[in-house]
Amino acid sequence: MNEITESRKPPVATTGVLGWLRANLFSNWVNSLISLFVIYILFQFIPWILNWTIFAADFKYNFNGEEIVNREMCSRVLDPENGGACWAIIYVRFYQFMYGFYPRDEVWRVNLSYFLLVVAVVPLLFDRFPYRKHFLKFTYIFPIIAFFLLNGGLGLESISTNKWGGLLVTLVLGCTGIALAFPLGIILALGRRSNLPVISMMCTLFIEFIRGVPLITLLFFGMVMLPLFLPEGIDMDGLARVLVAVTLFQSAYMAEVIRGGLQAIPQGQYEAARSIGLSYWQMNMKVVLPQAIRISIPSIVNTSIGLFKDTTLVIIVGLLDLLGIGRGALADTTWLGLAYEVYFFVSLVFFIFTFAMSRYSLYLEKKLKTGINMGAD
Amino acid sequence: MKKLLSILAVSVFAFSANAGTLDDVKNRGFLKCGVTTGLAGFAAPDDSGEWAGLDADMCRAVAVAVFGDRSKVEFITTTGKSRFPTLASGEVDMLARNTTWTISRDVNLGFEFVGVNFYDGQGFMVPSALGVSSATELDGATVCIQTGTTTELNLADFFRLNGIGYEALPIETNDEGKENLFAGRCDVYTTDASGLSSTRAAASNPDKWVVLPEIISKEPLGPLVRHGDHQWGDVVRWSLNAMIIAEELGVSSENVDAQKSSNVPEVLRLLGVEGSYGEMLELAPDWAYQIIKQIGNYSESYEANVGPDTPLEIARGLNALWTQGGILYAPPFR
Repeated sequence: MNEITESRKPPVATTGVLGWLRANLFSNWVNSLISLFVIYILFQFIPWILNWTIFAADFKYNFNGEEIVNREMCSRVLDPENGGACWAIIYVRFYQFMYGFYPRDEVWRVNLSYFLLVVAVVPLLFDRFPYRKHFLKFTYIFPIIAFFLLNGGLGLESISTNKWGGLLVTLVLGCTGIALAFPLGIILALGRRSNLPVISMMCTLFIEFIRGVPLITLLFFGMVMLPLFLPEGIDMDGLARVLVAVTLFQSAYMAEVIRGGLQAIPQGQYEAARSIGLSYWQMNMKVVLPQAIRISIPSIVNTSIGLFKDTTLVIIVGLLDLLGIGRGALADTTWLGLAYEVYFFVSLVFFIFTFAMSRYSLYLEKKLKTGINMGAD
Repeated sequence: MKKLLSILAVSVFAFSANAGTLDDVKNRGFLKCGVTTGLAGFAAPDDSGEWAGLDADMCRAVAVAVFGDRSKVEFITTTGKSRFPTLASGEVDMLARNTTWTISRDVNLGFEFVGVNFYDGQGFMVPSALGVSSATELDGATVCIQTGTTTELNLADFFRLNGIGYEALPIETNDEGKENLFAGRCDVYTTDASGLSSTRAAASNPDKWVVLPEIISKEPLGPLVRHGDHQWGDVVRWSLNAMIIAEELGVSSENVDAQKSSNVPEVLRLLGVEGSYGEMLELAPDWAYQIIKQIGNYSESYEANVGPDTPLEIARGLNALWTQGGILYAPPFR
């Protein structure tokens, strides 16, 4: 006689919020102490930062309801005890932060480029995207379209890159650097592992040289030395020179990241590919690289995020990227002394982009299960 | 290494881009002027993206002299490190980038300083609560001082000369000096006077700080061009001088039209009513008139950008005309 007992619910302390808290924050006394300490810090910090950035902050008007046009009108200058952030400096200069000195009549071109960038990149990132194949064709020609849109030509008024600035420069540098460095890096990585001594030596030399000097040195080289080597009359654009430097720098790092991936592929994979008669390129394109790149994803994203943040170094050669525009705003006598607001805003923008990149890499890793041993996959 | 690069840069350009900057600028249709990436009062983009400041006005004055149009100028941002190679390689036609005129820059780097548009120098800032009105009263004070700079040496010399003692609080950056002074860890902060003024203006309550009148070092800041192109050097030099002479003669952007019928001969020469000075410079006859009309005289530019009515509140001091106790002086216009 088998009496079926009703299944009992798990103990309260192991499920729901309580269970989660117990498992994650208070599993033993050391963790409990640390958790309490962190919660205490957060309680101290979060209300203050929320108050400063939002509740007590000025956006367009100060507490008297006047529209803010200079630092003297900011609540925190009028009343240092109670005033919060004075976001008016960002509000008034938002255009500059986004586009630099790009002429206002032509700014639709930048906006269109941003939109097309999304159209070009999103299908590339998500393989379930409908009609992905057709969109990818567009992705290939997007750089050419963007070049003419931003720079001018083909009937559009030419806009000197001196007028580019802010987020536009940051994105142009970041996107171009990352997009061009990837194929270059693959070629360099394959070259370094090549059996042909000349190719392997040249690639090794290139990679070691570029990795041996800081990005600043390369930027200076591009900005200062390169014009001296070019024949008279050939005037290479300042931004283009920086792009060359950034791309070379990034490709050397990318090469080493991908080489790491290549080294993780068991010799058997190469031999198997060879044995079924694949050529060198077929072997790499169809068998080795897909696996190698898959393992390298975390490092690829890592160096890409690094590059995106390194683009702020271009201020040293006189290009005003997002951070440069921010510093320019602080040097305007109208807004002197509002450094917290400017740096907060700039770091927020950088955080949005880098956080999106790192989230995407997590999504890719999950999808491709990069953590799992390749052989048992 | 830096010196080597500069010499290399200059020697290459000795062969390629010597004379003819004025023609190049005219053919191009606009002036390329090197400025800072942003320095309060000297050159910084305003809310609408227009460059403003004492140095920016200098660039515009030259653009006006050549084209009669203050908008015919492209501002190229340069940093302390990139400014000289940028000028040497011909990427800019001139620099107006608060650059101190020194013998090595003038001679060894192969540039030509055409004048001084701001006499800067090392000064002192103290809390007004200290009740000090002169740096000589600072005996025993704690001074925030950037280590390894010429300001450190100047400071030691000044206190020794005046027979008073001080205690140094070494700092690395300007921001560090600012924080230490505002937090009361030192009584005095010393750096260039224009830097002190912008530090003061950025304080939450600027009235609590005062810049002392003593200036203990020479930092003449001025526009510069490449060596060897004297015609172009003259254009930039006299664009600056025209602004100074205009102030001396009392010609301003407001009264410049009325002054055209003045009975002072030098005013008539300056405004192009008499003589053929524009022709000598290969500029329009009314080039100086246009500078004064569109930019203003030196005093107007000074007052609008760094003067006592701006947040920087820099008194004229050395930058007053020689007739008013300063050392601002331009050769006669004849």
